[in-house]
Amino acid sequence: MTYLPTAEHDELRAVVRELADEKIAPRAAEIDEKAEFPEDLRQLLAQQDLLGTCFEEQHGGTALDTLAQTILVEEIARADATTSLIPIVQKLGALPIILAGSDEQKDRYFPRLASGEWLIAFGLTEAAAGSDVASNRMRAVRDGDEYVLNGSKRFITHGSVANVLTVFAITDAEAGGRKGMSAFIVEADTPGFAAPRVEHKMGIRGSPTAELTFDDVRVPSTNRLGEEGDGFKIAMETLDRSRLGIAAQAVGIAQGAIDAAVAYAADRQQFGQRVADFQGIQWMLADMASQNEAARQLTYAAAARVDADAPDLPYWTSSAKLVAGDTAMRVTTDAVQVLGGYGYITEYPVERMMRDAKITQLYEGTQQIQRLIVARQLLQRAGVAKRGS
Amino acid sequence: MKIVVCIKQVPATGADKRYTADLRLDRTGVEAIINPLDEYAIEQALRLADAGTADSVTYLCMGPDQASEALRRALAMGGDDAVLITDAALAGADEWTTAKVLAAALDKLAPDVALMGMASDDARGSLVPGAVAAMRDVPLLSYGSELALADGEARVRRLSATGFDWIAAPLPVVATVTDQVGEPRYASLKGIMAAKRKPLETWSLGDLELSADDLHGAALTTVTDTRAPEEKPPTERIENVPAPEAAAKIADWLEQRKLI
Repeated sequence: MTYLPTAEHDELRAVVRELADEKIAPRAAEIDEKAEFPEDLRQLLAQQDLLGTCFEEQHGGTALDTLAQTILVEEIARADATTSLIPIVQKLGALPIILAGSDEQKDRYFPRLASGEWLIAFGLTEAAAGSDVASNRMRAVRDGDEYVLNGSKRFITHGSVANVLTVFAITDAEAGGRKGMSAFIVEADTPGFAAPRVEHKMGIRGSPTAELTFDDVRVPSTNRLGEEGDGFKIAMETLDRSRLGIAAQAVGIAQGAIDAAVAYAADRQQFGQRVADFQGIQWMLADMASQNEAARQLTYAAAARVDADAPDLPYWTSSAKLVAGDTAMRVTTDAVQVLGGYGYITEYPVERMMRDAKITQLYEGTQQIQRLIVARQLLQRAGVAKRGS
Repeated sequence: MKIVVCIKQVPATGADKRYTADLRLDRTGVEAIINPLDEYAIEQALRLADAGTADSVTYLCMGPDQASEALRRALAMGGDDAVLITDAALAGADEWTTAKVLAAALDKLAPDVALMGMASDDARGSLVPGAVAAMRDVPLLSYGSELALADGEARVRRLSATGFDWIAAPLPVVATVTDQVGEPRYASLKGIMAAKRKPLETWSLGDLELSADDLHGAALTTVTDTRAPEEKPPTERIENVPAPEAAAKIADWLEQRKLI
């Protein structure tokens, strides 16, 4: 198993970085300030074939390996975290179909997702079911050839702009969330579906985080993913892979902050010399860069495990997300410190990056949930796992 | 209608220029890119291909082996195939030699339009397009902000002091375009992947039936010295002040220099 970037990976990075520097970074402050979904950048990414990297060529995708997808997210996040969520969530929403969908379901949805004509979202979290996924309440009741969905979802990234969603609902209340949850493909124009409200957030402000309501939403049974009761497993297997996208996003946000801090320190004069010439600043910059490099290499190592379908995949992706998220928070906080007062104002990008970094410690499993997953894997390896876990 | 776009690989715009002992551009360790002004020629050619006016777009480049990277980048933006002319005898080629070699290659490729950028970012001689046209005895349509092809003729729209002119000539022609063509496209991911499979031929001088003797030792000119241009004093800017105050400051400035 090798995870060293090849010449092709380097070429992809160069191409995405040029696009991100020239087209995405100049929009980032405005996207943040107005809290507007960057439809223009979604179209740009679609036009450059950058939303189809996780789809097969037969569906119009480019079928890049996971390391390449990681580099893509990293380079976009270096310019703007909000925009990096467009490819991240396109994969997150599609993963349940990639993992459990039938050929017919893939043929039906993937071409429009790979081209970027349609966006997809992942509808799992509920107001009272965040980390505790199994306590989901939304119901799906079979009625002939259809399921009738009722309930609500909260904190659904792109929930208000997606054309289609993968949604998780309880089909067997007695069996509970772990055994009685099923997954469905729901098109956003289905009667009874609505996204009445989006959250006001600290960071990733241009990415709409929606509340979703389902009022007798009728979904054909052919839109069920896998068998009834497979929902919890599909959700967990999705998150085991998708959280690598958050690790990549965190590495990218941190890199953006490092680059901004280095540029500032090299330019700013205080006490008759460049700020960069003070050893105290050099040590901070060195810690920021080396720690983010460690996070990046762990993320790449985890990417290789995704492609190899490694049995201990959760150990790798959760470790990567945990380390990269915490590193991004620390690095962006230090970047603000390097810039001093200028770091605290919107004239420079690092305060936005610091606000954006925080979400990487929260979504797709909080850092506390990542630790639980890593610990569980450790105990399994040692042969002392708790029963039933 | 067949278009050949001539492109040059140059050091990245912001890179420090270094010279070898014999005053040639030292390319080692310097990031190389497609001459930015040539990207407008590529964009113009691809727009004509998108519109169905051009049937094929070929890229032609003279340079060292590594210039094939520039051709792959161009192919990633679009177009059909590419030719790299590389030969040890071409090291240190000047404008005359470059024109001679490109003219021979264009004779072989026989395009309706040989399209070029208005200048190269490294040397900025702007002599090659005119020299190629003269050597091939075809019309030159230079500095176009747009190129149109119809009814056996090429037309370029060229900005003038009073507006713009349309200049026409019968095909085949050599044409150059400016940055007014429109923003060059980015290579898409599928474009990059497809470019790896597009034909890229390498020709030597022998393939063009030229010999080192025909080229007078690669250059008719000799570089005797290079130096950076003198730095101009920074532009003084009057900003964020009310108009009357700005006007008074301008008047003071002119008065101090006894210009009013």
